[in-house]
Amino acid sequence: MAKQRIVSTSINGNPVEFLAAPRQTLLEVLRDNLDLIGTKEGCSNGNCGACTVIFNGRPVDSCLVLAVEAEGGELETIEGVALTDGLHVIQDAFLGQAALQCGICTPGFIMSTKALLEENASPSEDEIRFHLAGNLCRCTGYDKIVRAVQQAAEGVTN
Amino acid sequence: MATVEDRQFRVEPFPGGTPGNQRLVEEGRLPDYDVVGTRPIRHDGTDKVTGRARYGADIKLSGLLQGYVLRSPHAHARIVSIDTSRAAEVPGVHAVCTNADMPSADHRAGDLGEGMVDWYHLNQNVLANDKVLYTGHAVAAVAADSVHIAEEAARLIEVEYEVLPPVLDVREARGADAPVLNDDVRTDRQPAGETGDTPTNVAKHFHYEKGDVDAGFAAAELVIEREFTTETVHQGYIEPHTATAFWSPDGKITVWTSTQGSFMIRMQVAELLDVAISKVKVVPMEIGGGFGGKIAVYLQPVAAVLSRLSGRPVKLNMDRSNVFDATGPTPGSYMKVKIGVDAEGKITAGEAELLFEAGAFPGSPINPGCMCVFACYDVPNGRIDGYDICVNKPRSNAYRAPGSTHVALATETIVDEICEAQGICPVEFRLKNAVKEGDERVDGVTYPPVGMWETIKAVELSDHWQSPLEGPNRGRGIASGFWFNFGGNSVVAATVNEDGTVSLIEGSTDIGGTRASVAMQLAEILGIAAEDVTPTVVDTDSIGHTDVTGGSRTCHATGLAAIKAAEDIQAQLRQRAAMLWDVESEQVEYGDGATLTGPEGKTISFQEISGKLTQTGGPVVGRGSVNADKHGGAFGTHIADVEVDPDTGKVQVLRYTVVQDVGTAIHPSYVEGQMQGGAAQGIGWALNEEYHYGDDGRLHNASFLDYRIPTCYDLPDIETIIVEVPNPGHPFGVRGVGEVPIVPPPAAMANAIFRATGVRMRSLPMSPPKMLHELLASDG
Ligand code: FES
Ligand code: FES
Repeated sequence: MAKQRIVSTSINGNPVEFLAAPRQTLLEVLRDNLDLIGTKEGCSNGNCGACTVIFNGRPVDSCLVLAVEAEGGELETIEGVALTDGLHVIQDAFLGQAALQCGICTPGFIMSTKALLEENASPSEDEIRFHLAGNLCRCTGYDKIVRAVQQAAEGVTN
Repeated sequence: MATVEDRQFRVEPFPGGTPGNQRLVEEGRLPDYDVVGTRPIRHDGTDKVTGRARYGADIKLSGLLQGYVLRSPHAHARIVSIDTSRAAEVPGVHAVCTNADMPSADHRAGDLGEGMVDWYHLNQNVLANDKVLYTGHAVAAVAADSVHIAEEAARLIEVEYEVLPPVLDVREARGADAPVLNDDVRTDRQPAGETGDTPTNVAKHFHYEKGDVDAGFAAAELVIEREFTTETVHQGYIEPHTATAFWSPDGKITVWTSTQGSFMIRMQVAELLDVAISKVKVVPMEIGGGFGGKIAVYLQPVAAVLSRLSGRPVKLNMDRSNVFDATGPTPGSYMKVKIGVDAEGKITAGEAELLFEAGAFPGSPINPGCMCVFACYDVPNGRIDGYDICVNKPRSNAYRAPGSTHVALATETIVDEICEAQGICPVEFRLKNAVKEGDERVDGVTYPPVGMWETIKAVELSDHWQSPLEGPNRGRGIASGFWFNFGGNSVVAATVNEDGTVSLIEGSTDIGGTRASVAMQLAEILGIAAEDVTPTVVDTDSIGHTDVTGGSRTCHATGLAAIKAAEDIQAQLRQRAAMLWDVESEQVEYGDGATLTGPEGKTISFQEISGKLTQTGGPVVGRGSVNADKHGGAFGTHIADVEVDPDTGKVQVLRYTVVQDVGTAIHPSYVEGQMQGGAAQGIGWALNEEYHYGDDGRLHNASFLDYRIPTCYDLPDIETIIVEVPNPGHPFGVRGVGEVPIVPPPAAMANAIFRATGVRMRSLPMSPPKMLHELLASDG
């Protein structure tokens, strides 16, 4: 294997340095090297959104980002969403609206929702559905996910 | 007693839901429960929204090796030789295995809970050494320090194949000159019990007959016979298959995996590796969707063998293309169905010929398909022939109401044609022909109380049905569907804690909120809050045999076990109170509000007595063990509004309502979620999803980009109407919910498309190219 590189980044507000081989994806490094297993793998080729993290303010599929590209960047993962004194409004909304069944897609949806609401605090239903179309859920039919995002948007704007 | 037609119903919002979540209520009859029917936050929810829940691939163990499975590039080939020597020499490789490293298996049948399996075939499916029967068929595996080393080493394994012609279509595979996949397969004819004597791809032939079919058709005023086809589709769970195993020097095997049934995995691993079940412990991780596809083993025995060879724990993960290539799918089919009706629109006879793809090895859900094809209607005379046919595709697996979605497309489309021809409203036709208690299905089963009629009534009363649909290229269709549901074995143990709460342990893996729905049933009996029960799913050494989470059985059967455990706790607490009060336990009652009452106005609450267990004989553990057999079948009827783009053939769903009899909704949010999720899968199956094979038998679309499941942008809000016709076989009336909702969508969409365009679609998926082709053909 090619020589590993040192990558300096910030994850959930904390400075982190890690070693990564050039071929490793950010998803692989988060899960295997850094034990941030909340970011999920559904396809490893950018089609399901289960691996969504926020990279420099934008939602990305971490399976499509090489770990070495994180150099100097700021990452937010699902592990950084909850507050020290409780859940984030988005997490509360997903629970309150029963917006998950198996839950494997949930971290990705929460990260995409967070990115959406940071950009557009009161999205229409159409905007929500458009923005979340890169995240696949096979269990829910999305109805309750959309309700949860609407509830979270109300919580965010209030 | 009033007949069902005299009863008064209304559709109203289901409390606690959004406006789109409704229920059918019968005047004067409303269920009265404290916990059942409410919407508490699920117990495992916080872990799942914070990323802490641990799924199959999340397990970490010291010394863990990563593995890679080498798969066949050919759809049909004989394996001449496998040479693993170069792979074994790669630095960082710790073990290489092939089928030769597993005990040999023989032809015996095993029951996996949602389908039967032949152990020899399962052995060959896990790692082939004779023939490969589909692209992606596993042939060898490597364990190494990293998955990248394992993959590079696996590519050095030399497999010599003698390539054979593949057969992919059921009608061709049935032909006399088709290549035969399995030399050992003979046609097994049921219920006759005869076995054919020549090698064939036709593994099974089921035949059912009721009444006088020819006389039934002779008495009909209108007979419609049509042919239908459906393509191979995948369950499409977002979590790929994964297994980690450690074969300890003391002979014990531990398997960490995400599965619908840890006890079924235990049985399969023990059987395939020829060890006692007591030597195998399966630790169920959280499961990221299954839908019937995570019951059979793929990676588990291979990980165990690699662990035995390396002395280290080994993890195997599939990637998405492996999942499409080698797991799932549910069969493609060919169906010919005929229905006759009299002048009043009453069905006089039905006949069906059904051909289902088994995939590489026998075992399609053809028998349930046969039993479901006329299940919604009172069909006085019927004949059904079903065939299970091997083709060069992955070994087929259960997918949500296995077999029923296929046959509903056929029956429900013909029913719609009959309505059109006779000028009858589809709701009226179904009210008239719906099965009721006491009706006999063609396969000979007599119905207990069922709610088919009530689902149609709810459609009739719904805002959706009563709102006109206007505009060009738009149409509305309805369709019904049936699933048996299932009971089976479940075990729970419930410990009363000193603070008045209960720890509930169970063997049912939780795919969609069953920890909550099972805990709620225990809480209802004990009169405590759902939040005061802590449910935990445990490994196979820690609880008794529990069947798969499948067949819509968990809320029903594991719920029954929880009710039994709660009653056991009540009985024990009555003894404890009797001891405290120095009376007989018969004098103590466990009443409402979680309070025990005794003679002379003595009372003690559940909470108080929980704190006095040490003084009265020690901790209290309630036990519930059932083999449930009164599951009660369930019906659903869906309403679909679509708009068809005449230029592209794209079908847009404008409005969708799922109506379903669930018996009793324990946690309505998760019941609605099942209804919505099942409908979404059915809509995907109807409009988009299919396996694309080349003539060489290679799968061309093994990714979520090319096998396109619905996104949230493709779907509208999915409205729900819960119908509650209680199942007499469960104290709260639970029937089960998960499977029925996938059944009606393709037919409902096809019927809506007809009303939008005048074109009958009889082939799934109704994708834009096919739709456009039919539209252009109909324009003449
Ligand atoms: S795992 Fe990254 S998009 Fe699916
Ligand atoms: S909840 Fe299972 S994939 Fe979304």
